[in-house]
Amino acid sequence: MTLFLEQLLNGVQFGIMLFLLAAGLTLIFGIMGVINLAHGSIYMIGAYAGTWVAARTGSFWLGIPAALAAAAFAGLAIEFLVVRRLYGRDHLDQVLATFGLILIFNQAVTMIFGRQPLFVAIPSLLDGSVELLPGLVYPVYRLAIIAVGLLVAVGLYLLINRTRIGMLVRAGSTNREMVRALGVDIRLLYTLVFGLGALLAGLAGFMAGPILAVQVGMGEQILITTFVVVVIGGVGSIRGAFFASLILGVVDTGLRAYLPGLLRHVMVGPDADALGAGISSMGIYLLMAIVLLIRPKGLFIRNS
Amino acid sequence: MENSLKQPALLAVVLIALIALPIVADAAGYASLTSLATRVLIYGIAAASLNLVLGYGGMVSFGHAAFFGIGGYVVGILYQHYSLDEPLLGFISGSNQLLVTLPAAIIVSGIMAAAIGALSLRTGGVQFIMITLAFAQMLFFLFVSLKTYGGDDGLIIRRTNELAGLNMRDKQVFYYVCLTIAVLFFMVLWRIVNSRFGNVLVGLRQSEKRMAAIGLPAYRYKLMAFVISGMGCGLAGALMANFLRFTSPDMMHWTKSGELMIMVILGGVGTLFGPLVGAAVFTVLESVLASWTENWQLALGFILLFVVLYTQGGVQAAFARLFGKHA
Repeated sequence: MTLFLEQLLNGVQFGIMLFLLAAGLTLIFGIMGVINLAHGSIYMIGAYAGTWVAARTGSFWLGIPAALAAAAFAGLAIEFLVVRRLYGRDHLDQVLATFGLILIFNQAVTMIFGRQPLFVAIPSLLDGSVELLPGLVYPVYRLAIIAVGLLVAVGLYLLINRTRIGMLVRAGSTNREMVRALGVDIRLLYTLVFGLGALLAGLAGFMAGPILAVQVGMGEQILITTFVVVVIGGVGSIRGAFFASLILGVVDTGLRAYLPGLLRHVMVGPDADALGAGISSMGIYLLMAIVLLIRPKGLFIRNS
Repeated sequence: MENSLKQPALLAVVLIALIALPIVADAAGYASLTSLATRVLIYGIAAASLNLVLGYGGMVSFGHAAFFGIGGYVVGILYQHYSLDEPLLGFISGSNQLLVTLPAAIIVSGIMAAAIGALSLRTGGVQFIMITLAFAQMLFFLFVSLKTYGGDDGLIIRRTNELAGLNMRDKQVFYYVCLTIAVLFFMVLWRIVNSRFGNVLVGLRQSEKRMAAIGLPAYRYKLMAFVISGMGCGLAGALMANFLRFTSPDMMHWTKSGELMIMVILGGVGTLFGPLVGAAVFTVLESVLASWTENWQLALGFILLFVVLYTQGGVQAAFARLFGKHA
């Protein structure tokens, strides 16, 4: 039972990371109609910048502003130099241009930091574990990630539903042309949304640092999973992204934790582990296929 | 698109050049050119297949490497069962005959394309891109986990498939086999593109509503195009597995899908021979840049960015503009 709860928390934590990326991605799709493959690169840039600064200064906390600043800067530069020219272009052009960006960023990071993964230690304040329930010991750092993610979710909810900018964002995702026709500076709004998405991606990248290895290619791995989140949650819906992230995080972690064990009942150890790992990697895509069969537009988009 | 076809003279010249290429390459002492040209032909087939959905049908599939990889694995798996002499699933015997493995690769990738397409085409736009990408990743992970067929390391095919007593180990012979298949493939593709089906496909890209209003079942036409395109990529993958005598999950990695798209856009979207030109440009560019610097991906990224942002219609269109012709 405690093992199950622990895996559940792991799933929630993974889901929260996915949400930080998916929120930005889904807004960029929903409002600008741009597919941005380089979102994973921004996540990587945040991770590298933050981890590098943290390792150099020896202070985990100094890594946070570094990661956020680097991610925001990279995001705004991408928006200003490349993505701005892609509004209203074909999706094909957007995919290829941002694919080019991935190649550039991956190679540039390899040239600067080398191929060795970077590591950062968990700060002493968040190191260690707490006993949540009798017998259920859980690392504080992972709990902190969950807390930060939930705070961001609440913040986004308030921003989207309670402020003027949020109102424009909602309007923009429903009818872009009308917002422009009403005299709103849509270009500024685009830049803001893109910057916000980049900030969240950078935050996610830095927080992932102590848990995962910071290495080239980390962005694409999570990016494709994030796509699945966006599709399941429905393009443009933050609420959808939130719930879909949590569902996917829990399903993915659960499959990884329990499937090899189940398979070992019917086949030999190493084979079961390999096949279990493979099928658990496929699990979220199968889930997506099922969701698409039932609701092609995603779970949280009302069919009009 | 018909522009280049209205110039049969140009086509004949290109074909003669392609036939003469291995002989000239050998005489000039650049024997490796033949291998490069073989890769161009194979990627040309794959890119042209992708272009059928991408350029003509306007469906941006980001997962076509899946079919490329499936084609390769059909050859690899059939060869493994042939060499171990144990039937696949207990009743399908393995094979090392090209005339068996190629059709098998085409059929299997067609079936997979039907399954993936049927699901993916329920959506459109951005979702379609992401879903095709996700399905390709799913197959990638499946093959990574299949330890029986090499898993991560891939599957070595000790001998190239046999074809009617030809010495397939010979690079030149294999080049001519690929050339023959490519010529046949482009003839079929030309028929498809210029048929009623091809016109409907272009119509669907321009306006799905209009086509639906005429009473055409959009979904069925798009699915058909997706299946044909998947079969073409499967054929290319089967040839590639024979050429490399190796197949691995990397063949269906998402970057491979990206590369195929780059070839299409380099050559010119929605043209019959553009993807072949694009495949040539990409393959040559890759080998030149890679021999020049280990950071060739950086250069490739910038070139790609430049092509997408500043040229409309790829290399072919750029040339046409350069020589004052209407693209």
